[in-house]
Amino acid sequence: MKMSMKITINGESFELVNTANLTQALQQFAAKEPFAVAINGQFIPRSQCDTHLLNEGDSIELLSPIQGG
Amino acid sequence: MSSLISDSFSIYGEQFTSRLLIGSALYPSPAIMADSIVASGAQVVTVSLRRQQSAAAGDDFWQLIKDTGLKVLPNTAGCHSVKEVVTLAQMCREVFATDWIKLELIGDDYNLQPDPFALLEATKILLADGFKVLPYCTDDLVLCQRLAEAGCEVLMPWGAPIGTGKGLLNQYNLRTIRERLPDTTLIVDAGLGLPSHACQALELGYDAVLLNSAIAGAGCPVTMSHAFKAAVEAGRFAYRAKAMPEKDVAAPSTPTMGMPFWHQDFGIKNKN
Repeated sequence: MKMSMKITINGESFELVNTANLTQALQQFAAKEPFAVAINGQFIPRSQCDTHLLNEGDSIELLSPIQGG
Repeated sequence: MSSLISDSFSIYGEQFTSRLLIGSALYPSPAIMADSIVASGAQVVTVSLRRQQSAAAGDDFWQLIKDTGLKVLPNTAGCHSVKEVVTLAQMCREVFATDWIKLELIGDDYNLQPDPFALLEATKILLADGFKVLPYCTDDLVLCQRLAEAGCEVLMPWGAPIGTGKGLLNQYNLRTIRERLPDTTLIVDAGLGLPSHACQALELGYDAVLLNSAIAGAGCPVTMSHAFKAAVEAGRFAYRAKAMPEKDVAAPSTPTMGMPFWHQDFGIKNKN
C-alpha cells in the first residue's frame, strides 16, 4: 500500500511517498551536495539522517553554500 | 624591516599575515569575485548557507571558493534568535568542515545592529560546543569585555552599520576597546567604505579588518581590492611605527637657526 506524508522543505509543501527516514526524503527531493539539514529548527547531523524518522508536518531546512559577507 | 614584513596576527592560534579578511558576496560576477579575492591578498574569505534553490549555481560558487585555497569563515547572517544562530552555526560546521563561525545575530532590522544580549548568550553556547566564535558586535566596551570573558579570542566590533560605507563612526569607542583588551585579536567588521577607513582601523591598533561591500560595490572591484590591500598594510606599518603626538600649537619643521632676514623685533611684530 502506498504511504504518503506531507512535510515542508525549505518552506514549500512536499509530499513524501513510501518514505520513512530523512535520507530517503532527501533523495526524493533530489538534494544536491554539499548540504546540511535541520528539522523543525534542530540540526540533524548527516550521520543521523538514516535513522531519523520523519513525522507528518515536519519542516526541513536544506541549506547549501552561498556567498556571504 | 624584515620584522615588519613578517608581522602576523592570530585567530584562535592560527597565524595570518594578511590583515584583510574579505567577503564573497555582491560582486558583479563570479570571475570578478575570484579576481578581487586574489587581488586583496586575503587569507580568509567569508561564506554563508542558504536554502538550496539552484543547486548548480551554488555548487559553482563553492567550487570557486575552494579553488582559492583560503581559510573559510562561515557566517550566520540574517539570524534573529539564539536558536536560529546556534542551529545555523552547527550546519555551517558540517558543510564547511570548520569550527570557526562569524557570529551575526541581528537585533534591529533597520541598521542591522547586533543584539548584544542574545549574542553573548549564543556565544557561550557555541564556545561550550567547541566552536571558535568570531562575534560581530557593536563597539560597546562592556559587551566586548563580556564576550572576551566568555572565552572569545577574537572580537569583531563594527565600524558602522553593515553596507553603509561610513567608516569608523566612533573612533573613541574603538580606541578604548583596543586599549582595554590588549590581548584580544580585534577586527573591525562592517561599515567601511574607503581604503582610508581600513587604514584608520589599523592605525588604531586593530589587528585586521573584514569587509565586503566596499570592494564588491566599487566601480572596479579588483582595483579597489588592490587599494584596500595597500591601505591595510600602510595602516599596520603606521601603527608599528608609532605616530607623532598630536599638538594644538604649530611647530616649524625647518630649523629656525640661521633664518635669513631675521631681525630682533621679528617675533614681536608677528604677535601683534
